[in-house]
Order: sequence, then C-alpha cells, then structure tokens
Amino acid sequence: MAQAYSPGLTVTKSIVLKKDRILPLKGKVLVKKGDKVKAEDIVAETLLPGKVLPFNLSNKLGVTADLIGQYLKVKAGDKIKKGQVMAVTNGFLGFFKTSVKSPIDGEIESISKITGQMLLREPRIPIQVKAFIDGIVVDVIKEEGVVIENKSAYIQGIFGLSGERSGEIKMLADSPDEVIKPDKIDDSCKDKVIVCGALVSYDVIKKAQKVGVSGIISGGIDDQDLKKLLGYNIGVAITGHENIGLTIVVTEGFGIIKMANNTFSLLKSFEGHKASIHGITQIRAGVMRPEIIIPIEFKEDELKAEEPKMATLEIGTTIRVIRQPNFGLIGKVTGLPEKLTKVESETMVRILEAELETGEKVTIPRANVEVIED
Amino acid sequence: MGNTQKLKRIIATDCGSTTTKSILIEYVDGEYRQTVRGEAPTTVEKPLNDVTRGVVNAVTELEELARLKYNDDSIKFIKDEAIWLTEKEGEGVDAYVSTSSAGGGLQMMVTGVVAKMTGESAERAALGAGAIVMDLIASNDKRANYEKIERIRQLRPDMILMAGGVDGGTTKHVAELAELVGAADPKPRLGSSYKLPVIYAGNTSAQDIIKETLGNKTDLIITENLRPTLDRENLGPARDKIHDLFMEHVMAQAHGYNKLMGWTKGPIDGKLVNIPIMPTPAAVGNIMQTIAKINDIEVLGVDIGGATTDVFSVFTEHKVFNRTVSANLGMSYSISNVLATAGLQNILRWVPFDIDESELLNMIKNKMIRPTTIPQKLEELILEQAIAKEALRYAFIQHKEFAAGLKGGQKKREIADAFAQTASGASIVNLMTLDLLVGSGGVMSHAPRRNQSVMMLIDSFLPEGITRLAVDSIFMMPQLGVLAEISEKAATEVFEKDCLIYLGSCVAPVGAMKQGKIALHAKIKLPNGKTFEENIPFGEVRLLPCGVGEVAKATLKPGRGLNIGEGKGQEMDCDLHGGVVGIVLDTRGRQPFNLPVEAAKRVPLLKKWMKEFKVYPEERE
Repeated sequence: MAQAYSPGLTVTKSIVLKKDRILPLKGKVLVKKGDKVKAEDIVAETLLPGKVLPFNLSNKLGVTADLIGQYLKVKAGDKIKKGQVMAVTNGFLGFFKTSVKSPIDGEIESISKITGQMLLREPRIPIQVKAFIDGIVVDVIKEEGVVIENKSAYIQGIFGLSGERSGEIKMLADSPDEVIKPDKIDDSCKDKVIVCGALVSYDVIKKAQKVGVSGIISGGIDDQDLKKLLGYNIGVAITGHENIGLTIVVTEGFGIIKMANNTFSLLKSFEGHKASIHGITQIRAGVMRPEIIIPIEFKEDELKAEEPKMATLEIGTTIRVIRQPNFGLIGKVTGLPEKLTKVESETMVRILEAELETGEKVTIPRANVEVIED
Repeated sequence: MGNTQKLKRIIATDCGSTTTKSILIEYVDGEYRQTVRGEAPTTVEKPLNDVTRGVVNAVTELEELARLKYNDDSIKFIKDEAIWLTEKEGEGVDAYVSTSSAGGGLQMMVTGVVAKMTGESAERAALGAGAIVMDLIASNDKRANYEKIERIRQLRPDMILMAGGVDGGTTKHVAELAELVGAADPKPRLGSSYKLPVIYAGNTSAQDIIKETLGNKTDLIITENLRPTLDRENLGPARDKIHDLFMEHVMAQAHGYNKLMGWTKGPIDGKLVNIPIMPTPAAVGNIMQTIAKINDIEVLGVDIGGATTDVFSVFTEHKVFNRTVSANLGMSYSISNVLATAGLQNILRWVPFDIDESELLNMIKNKMIRPTTIPQKLEELILEQAIAKEALRYAFIQHKEFAAGLKGGQKKREIADAFAQTASGASIVNLMTLDLLVGSGGVMSHAPRRNQSVMMLIDSFLPEGITRLAVDSIFMMPQLGVLAEISEKAATEVFEKDCLIYLGSCVAPVGAMKQGKIALHAKIKLPNGKTFEENIPFGEVRLLPCGVGEVAKATLKPGRGLNIGEGKGQEMDCDLHGGVVGIVLDTRGRQPFNLPVEAAKRVPLLKKWMKEFKVYPEERE
C-alpha cells in the first residue's frame, strides 16, 4: 500500500512521557529513584561560579604591574568582604598611603604581575532544577539530574515563547476559529493556562500579562504583534528565553489560523486540569518544539514508553496543509501518486491528493503537509 | 600526491547535519567520473548515536545502484559492517575519504589584540580551516573586560584560537586576553570530560606567560605566530593545528567518529594510509584553490543553505583564498534574519507584483518554523528567490569587506600604486578580473529553471566584464575537496565533468549612462551558425543560445565611458563560453546598478528583464 513518512506534531490524549531534568554543571540530586514528584518540586541543585570582575590594581595604586606584589594584603584564593583592604602603598614617611578596597563580597581569582590586574569572583549562584511534570523519578544520573516519567495528554506546538510554567487549563475561545478580544480576560484567568482560538493578538497578550496569566495556547500569532511584544524581530528560530512573564504556545503558525479540531477538543476535555507548558523552540539539528503536558492518573506498571513512531502518510491519513495555498486547512489523503509532478511553480515534486475539510479536492506537495494523529 | 594509476574506485562521503551524502568515483575509459550517488540520514544523534550507521546506509545505496548500473551482483563495497578497502583488483574500493559538518560543524572563538589586525588574521585562519567563528574577542573591541568574560563563558566553542602581537612586540595585551580566557574558564561544547583546546598563535615572546596563565586550565597548544609582522600573515601552522585538534578532540567526542576515522584511507606513494576527515567547508576551500591554481583563474563560490551562507574566493595572481560564513543569512532557519538585515523594501524591489505586507511577513515566519516546505505557488517561488538575492548580496558584501589586504602594515608604495590609490586593507575581490562564479545550495541547485539560478547570481553578485557562471549540481565540492588530498587529478576531472553545471557567461559593461543610450555594441558569431549583432541600449538584458561546451566568438564594444575589461570605451574580441542557459548580455549598469524606487517604473522593468531571462512561465510575464 502506498505510504510515505512525513513529519508531524504529536497530539494525543495519552502517552508515556520521559523527561530528562539535568543541571548545567555537576551538583546535587535531591530525590531518589521511585520518588513521586510534583511539577514544582526541586529535584537537583548546584552552584554556578559567580561573575568575574576584572580590577586594575596597578592603576588604583599608581604603580607599575611588576611592583604590586609588595603592597598586597591578600593572595589568590582568599575570601574577601566588600570594603576589605586588598593592597596598601607605603606612602611617604608613613603618610599619604593609598589603600585599595574590595568592591564586592567574594574571592580573589588571580593576581597578575604582568598586567597588574586582579580578577575578583562574586559568590556562587545557586541554580535549581524543578521536576516540571508531575511523575515518578525513574532514573538518577549521579550529580547531574534525574529522569521523570508519567502518563499524560500531550500536544506539541509549532512555535513558542518563554520557558517552563504550569497552570490550570481554562478555555476562553468557544470554537477553534474564534479570535478572542482582550475583554474575555479577567481576574479568573490569573495563574491559568488560557486557550484562545485562531489568533492571540498583541492586546490580548498585554491584558494577560496584566492579569497574571501563566500561559497562552493559540492557533496563530501575527508576526507584527510578536515584534511589538518583544521589541525586536526574531531573526533565527531559537526561542524560550524571552522574559515576558508568561509562556505562549502556538499550535499552527503565523497569521490567523484555526486551531486543529482535535487539539482544541483535547484541551477542552481537560479544562480545569493542571498543564505543564513551555515555549522552547529550536529548528535545526536537534529540533525542539513547545510542549503542553497534562498529567493523567496512571498505575506504575502502565509506564512502558512506546518506541517513537514516524508519522506515516496513507490513504485516509488526516493532514494539515502547512503552506499556501490552503495553508492551515485540514484534510484527508485520497491518493499518493508515485511519479514526480510539476506544480504551479514548475518545481518537480512528489505530491499527494487530498480532500479538504471545505470539500475541495486538491493536490499538494508532500513536503507541504503535516500528519495529524487522530 | 598519490599514485593515481592504482585508484580505480573511490568512495567519498560528506556527513552533514541531517544527511550523509555518498558518491562513487570510478576510472572509466581513461578518465575519472562520478558514476553513482546515494544518501541516508545522518546518525550521529539519538537514537542511533553512531555516525558510521548513516555512512554504511549511504554506501549501501551506492552499492545497490552500482549493481543495477553495471548489472553485476558481485559488486560489493561493504564487508563486515564497514567500507571494504582492498588493493585487490575488482573487489571493494581503493580509497575512502570523508568530510563532516555533523553536529553543527567546527565552532570556534578567536582572540586578537587589535580586532582589525591580529584579530582579523585569527578569524581568517579559523574560517579557512572550516570553522564557524562564534565571536572575536579583541583588546580594542569596546566591550568592558567583565562583558568579555561573560561572553566567553556563555559560548561553548569547540576550541579557541588566540592570536595577538607581532613577534617581539608588546606582551601585556596578549597576557590580559589570556587572563580573561582563564577567568571565564570556558567549557567545551561536546561534554565536560576533557579540557577545552586552546591554540596560541601570537607573539612568540609571550609564550611563557600564556603557558603560566592557561597551561593548567586548558589543553594548550602553542604554534607559530600567525601574524609575525604587520605586513605578513602565516596562517598555515595555525590552520594545521586546528585540523589536528578537530580530529583529536571534536570528532573524537562525536558518536562513532573514532570508528569512522579508522575507515578513511587511501594510497599515498603506494601505501594505504589514513586520510584525515576534513571539516566540510575546509574541503570546499581546498577544491576551489586547486581549481584556481590548475586553471590559473580567479574563482568566487557561494553556498546558500538553510541557516548560513558561505562565500569562498580565490583572487589575485598569488591565488589568495578567503572564506566567510554569514552565520545568520539562510533560506529557512535564518530566513527571518535576511528580512531583518536587508529590510522589506530591499526584498520587495525584486518582486514584480503587489503583495500584502503582513501576509509576506507571516509567510517568511512560517517558512522559518517549517523549513522543509516547498513553494507550490509561483508567487511564493518568486518571493523566495527575491529573498535569496538579498541573502546572497549581503553575504557578498561581508565577504568583500573581509577578503582584504592586511590592515595596519606600512606598505611599500611604488609610483604606480600611488596613482592606483590601493590603500592598505582594500578588498582584493575584483569582479572585473573574476573568471568563474559558482553557486550552490538548495535555492540555487534546485531552482525549477536554471535561468532562475543565472538571474539570482547576476542580480546579487553583479558580475562585471565577462564572467562564466555555474552551479554545483549536487553539492559534491566537499567530497572532491578531500579527494584532492589523495588525487588532484581525480578531483579536478570530476569537478569539471560532473560537479559543475555550466550555465553560460555574463557580459556586463561597468559604468552608467542615460536610459536608451547605446551601452554595448555586440557582434557575436553563435555556434548555430547565426550571427547576433545589436546596439544594445542601456538598461537592457539579452539572452543568446550557446550550449554546454560551445564557444561563441564575440566582438564587444562598450558605450562611451563604459568598460568591459579593456578600459573605457575599448573594444575587445573574445570567446564566450556557453552553458545550459546561454550567454547573457546585461547593460543594466554596474557601479552603480540602479533599480528605480517607484513601483510604477520598477515593475515594468523587472517584468521586461524576467521575460528576456525566460525565468518564469509566460503567464507571469
């Protein structure tokens, strides 16, 4: 039977998920194998080296670099307090001494007699890694982190902004093609993950920030609104570090695009449930897409992760068109001709035949569709 | 050089970030030809975590295709799950070579005392060795020291190249840079189990200070100064060290590469020896330099990818090689950055129809997040090609600035130099003397019509005088670059016959004049027996038929004040080489090339040129 592999975003009501929660540097793991954890629990922590402050000692003392050694009151490796004297000149007959004090609390990293420069290091910065999802610790990687597993309803987004957050799902749109107005957002949305329909506009995001919404899920977002929100144009597709006070997950793409029915209805069926979401997107080797994870009840023996499957295109597969014309529309595959076919742009491509939800029958390059798992 | 008589069958692979591409080169009827090619997904990342799996898959495809081609089931390239190298005639292959850019290629950070002098030399050495330069940290780069430390810490390069100071010069600034690097204590990108390699190629008098500062913290390698005096660069030793470290450290950390390194072998002086895996761009540089040297020509090449655009050039009688990477100019992953760099108006000036601005902006972003989609509608193809022209134009601007004479040296000037006003640091890129312009990358190699590749190359690079144009058919330059290490003959023969698709030649007088005035009188005897003769007005384009391997005899006289290579207004007789598209006569002007700003004037011009170039179907024109 004709079939082909095609990329697709996962949308499913039940999946066994494994999440690595790893520290950026080696540190301490705070939980053990078999522990049940909540999304907010801290599972590992470490201390990042503090900032380094270069400090030109020879300039401050007014002597050449090779002479600083005789005036030093500290040595490399010493702990120092802010205001502590680090070096004093002899002055003239015991008068007019110049003393140099530390501008920070911290440690002396090094003292150079070639450049006359001291490097001072600020105290270490604690870094904590949270569990991010409710689940069970199934593996501990010594001094590095843990692997957490659970069973969840799971949706992959196409593009997102900002990092990990969680909150209860609240439906604001009544249908997947609704474009909601800011007045739909009120205090009841505080700390919630709100679901919009075909677009989240700049005004809606601003209102959500004001109210204290935790996350927004939307079918589409407009490029100009995004630029206005961030104050810059996203040049390359690496996101997740934006400091905007909430997380945004876009499920379909840029522009006004109706959210896929199954995504919308899945979210609707879990209204009131807690969801963990993030907007981290990276489109290159090691692709990362935003995620919406809604933990569901499970027994431990159910935690058997299935082998990852490649989405397959077959007659009857549900697809989403991901490029013009008909961008954003959903359809079903009706034919998979083998031969290369010339499309309007004269590009020779492998195509598929499909019937769109509008009833229209079309041919589309296979590269321009995504499989939607029913 | 190797004993090429013994090489009958060679396999070359390029392990890219997503695809491993394999080619088979065979010695058939007295010449080397590329006969079959295969590809398979690269397997360096999860779940397979072993690059050799992808290599075996890609070579298995070669094996199957070769069996089909020769109707011979005994052909066998893989034995015991590895590439079968044997000296026995008719079995296995005689040599296997490979390049790699998997896992993002070689990523480096460089330092220098003065950004425009030793900093630039260090950058040139790293780029020439095939690296992406993540940042250049220099004593005079206007960032405060604490900012530099923060930056070094954030970046996780594969290695650092430190330059600075001419031999015998000041050591203080170099020592300061070493202290900053030491304070940042940077970690290598691929794992924390080994120390970060640092190559010091600066002032020799500072070597002891550097050892003291960085000897314990990093894996320090000291080599010759890459800028021993202000007027001389010595990049070879630093480049060699980069290649050694790329193999020993970077590649050795990536999954399966230790095994692959044991496979890449070929005969040199009759003995089967190990042939190091090369970073992909270094191999491309290698083949371009080889071609320029053998044919005694100046070459400019561009590879426009999804994320980056690489420009390579070989100019001047000394065949000076330069490579630049425009890290954020590409057609998918960084397409949005092309828009941010060029601006919407610069992209739209190449588009002969109206389009809603916000629709276009959303389209570009959608291409960014779904990079594998293909333009189905003609309008989208035209828009993508307009974006490509701007990406290429900016990548070329960056290349011209970088490919320059050494800055800072006191050049001995002859009287002739004084008249020619060649300043220290002037670009060595001279489009008038350029012989061959080669394009590659998806948007260029897979354009539905080759005429579109011609138009993209001409509109973005604006070649001057007479220039041959070509595209790399399947981007096999990397494999040929590493092949040149064991057989220059095999590499250059395949390059000429199978790698390049000659598009034709472009004739473009330099200078400007009023629209309608005669810019070029051309009398061209075409291979089909006809003679083309016309006084071509300024602002026009002509496309003449002249096929691959054919040559047309031309007498060209530029209009008053214009130059096609022999001086202003000077006539010249020359041969014009054909190609799959033909000969382009372009009188739209150079230095400057002006496109009217007002749509009412610009759009009819674009339509006229596109029609003449035969780039799009008739209904569009």
